[in-house]
Amino acid sequence: MAEVVFEHVTRIYPGNDKPSVDDLNLDIKDGEFLVLVGPSGCGKSTTLRMLAGLEEVNKGRILIGGKDVTTMQPKDRDIAMVFQNYALYPHMTVADNMGFALKIAGTPKNEIRQRVEKAAEILDLTEYLDRKPKALSGGQRQRVAMGRAIVREPKVFLMDEPLSNLDAKLRVQTRTQIAALQRQLGVTTLYVTHDQTEALTMGDRIAVIKLGLLQQVGRPTELYDRPANVFVAGFIGSPSMNLNIHPVVNGQAKIGDDTISLPKEAVDKLTPEDNSKIVLGFRPEDASLAGPAEPDAFSLKVANVEDLGSDGYIYGHILTDDSAAEDATMMSDQNNMTTVRVSPRELPAVGATVKIHIDPAKMHLFSTATELRLN
Amino acid sequence: MDDQKLSRMDPRAVKATSVVSMDEPNEAHVAHALRITAASSNPKMFTLPWEKPLSQWPKDCLANLPRGISRHVVRFVHVGDDVYAMKEITRAVAEREYELLRRLQKLELPTVTPIAVVTGRHTPEGQELEAILVTRHLKFSLPYRALFARNLRADTAERLIDALAVLMVRLHLVGFYWGDVSLSNALFLRDADSFAAFLVDAETGDLHPSLTDGQREYDIDLARTNIIGELMDLNSGNLLPADVDEVAVGDRLVERYRSLWGALTDVDSFNPNEMWKIEQRVNKLNDLGFDVDELEMRTATDGNRVLVRPRVVDAGYASRKLLRLTGLDVQENQARRLLNDLDAYRASTWRQGEDLEIVATDWMREVFEPTVRMIPAEYRSQIEPAQFFHEILTDRWYLAEKAGHDIPMGDAVESYIEHVLPKYKLDEAAMKDINEEAESGVIDDEASYGDYNPEDDPDAAVWAS
Repeated sequence: MAEVVFEHVTRIYPGNDKPSVDDLNLDIKDGEFLVLVGPSGCGKSTTLRMLAGLEEVNKGRILIGGKDVTTMQPKDRDIAMVFQNYALYPHMTVADNMGFALKIAGTPKNEIRQRVEKAAEILDLTEYLDRKPKALSGGQRQRVAMGRAIVREPKVFLMDEPLSNLDAKLRVQTRTQIAALQRQLGVTTLYVTHDQTEALTMGDRIAVIKLGLLQQVGRPTELYDRPANVFVAGFIGSPSMNLNIHPVVNGQAKIGDDTISLPKEAVDKLTPEDNSKIVLGFRPEDASLAGPAEPDAFSLKVANVEDLGSDGYIYGHILTDDSAAEDATMMSDQNNMTTVRVSPRELPAVGATVKIHIDPAKMHLFSTATELRLN
Repeated sequence: MDDQKLSRMDPRAVKATSVVSMDEPNEAHVAHALRITAASSNPKMFTLPWEKPLSQWPKDCLANLPRGISRHVVRFVHVGDDVYAMKEITRAVAEREYELLRRLQKLELPTVTPIAVVTGRHTPEGQELEAILVTRHLKFSLPYRALFARNLRADTAERLIDALAVLMVRLHLVGFYWGDVSLSNALFLRDADSFAAFLVDAETGDLHPSLTDGQREYDIDLARTNIIGELMDLNSGNLLPADVDEVAVGDRLVERYRSLWGALTDVDSFNPNEMWKIEQRVNKLNDLGFDVDELEMRTATDGNRVLVRPRVVDAGYASRKLLRLTGLDVQENQARRLLNDLDAYRASTWRQGEDLEIVATDWMREVFEPTVRMIPAEYRSQIEPAQFFHEILTDRWYLAEKAGHDIPMGDAVESYIEHVLPKYKLDEAAMKDINEEAESGVIDDEASYGDYNPEDDPDAAVWAS
């Protein structure tokens, strides 16, 4: 059993007053694939490096399999940093390339062979075990490198942006492979990335972190369907969620001349600090074109359309008081435009004004003051 | 890198930035035109076949030099009178490594010199190609595998390890965490009877204001594992002398590193009447090749003892002295040997009273230059003049011992060129082997991987299911 627990963990770099990781509480369950995701400088790599023993922990403690490792040296923690730039050795067989570290550690020969064979089976390299790297394809060589980490049978795998030095094609392929591999092996894994697509496609659970503070932890669908705050809402999902601030009048969001009904329990949570305004978010796929007189719809001036064959995208400016509102209330960052996904057969003409209806069940509402979820 | 971290770093390193690498290069914003970001411009750079994958560049623009093992495609390319090393790699990684190498250069550390990052490459058909990181080929340097392809002194592995330990300590002193220390990721220059190691791959590295013990320990542990692996590999290829114990060599790195790190950073404690011991400590550090910038001294709480810790600035004590005297820019041990010869010259010409600067000028004209001019043309790209000079001095000493009397310099040079110099030649077959080996670790060669589709690969499909 190798559950990883961060307990009130804080890291302040010498000379800084702000912590790089602030009072982090997080547990990675035994065998779980947890992805830590966030923008540059958010503290995600610092978190991984603390678990690896490369960074000191100023406050709190870290446990692996119930054992406090907070001050333990990296090599005593039984972790493997996967996918560092493992070089393959040209004169060694695939089996030796995978098993040599065990040999150094003094593992008995037959045990090495056993572990190597097991790893080779998982990596589909069995028939190549006695060959040299030269005889392998690029992808097979990559898998041999993974094998080097697997045969060690560590308690925890740590992966820090492991795909960043692969080109786009290899990245997608390797992403699938790592995820499949981790599930087969069932080794507790902490994976760090800035790429939310990687996070959504690979993780059992995702932890979103920003400026050293944990924002939300949950399954990919939880984060996608019920983001806890404005940051997570805008960060998870591609194309990202449309997020705008609107005045609330008589329990309804006012968008130009139009109004959108809001659930009462959300409006009731607004406080004086919110200044009678609300952050309204919706994903491009949760809206549709509406008829001219339909209620609960707002006007959008179409700036551009995209026909992707299976999907169509409308990019436009929300009309407020008949003038195109450029950015004053816009929180999402898609060239300051609102994005709506429709059938490519429904795409309007550029320059037209259309009515957009938001699926009320898929609306995301946040406080303007706290940026926390209201519904 | 965040601003707070930058503010605590050596200002020289901070100013080195010229390429700001983005964490998240937005695909839509990637320039579609070829773009060369360089610290200095060499117009010849624009004439290279950037539109081709590096593995397909024409032979006539490549320099046939031994390459080390790499996961990426690497080639040596003639650009005007220079030879550049080109590494094909993703844009974000190329920009990051370029920036890191620039910072390390500003800190005067032994690394390869970054020249440029080339992005926005496309084939004539419009297919995107990876970025290329360009560094200057370190003249006379060799990857460790090339050193093992020749008839070697039995202690070569150990001397390489000693050089690598010095490099690691120097990098760690300035706060550089390497993340992937290995013989493959360094280049070696002969330095008199030792080697000098240079950092060549900074892909996994990171510059911090200072390192934690965990970061240093991780580097040490990984270095040990990698070195043992590399030697085991040489052994599998029958390239390692039979009596070399791979694990013992790996352990030697750990031991050398720790003793050097201790000598440079430990706090000494003296009685106030033992201040001469401080001088002893400084001398010892100079002997190791390190300059002491200042001494941090404070009185222990009991008031009876003085605690002293040296602030080491830099290695290269002797080489800086020689550079000042003669303008020769050579490695540390070579400099020591040359300085010794300069001293001997000064004594033998009865000029102890004269300024060393003036004696040095005459020594250059009368001794050093005439000797190195005798390097045969075919070896001029293979042996550094200072190394040639050093080896002749050594050879001359052995000849004199054997003959029982002094040997004139001219005779020593001739004998050396005839008997010793030929071992410097790396023959064609060995070069071919080394470069084929280097290629067999590449995982992302577009040319062999370009049309790869995991859906068509029965192995991958079975495996990922």
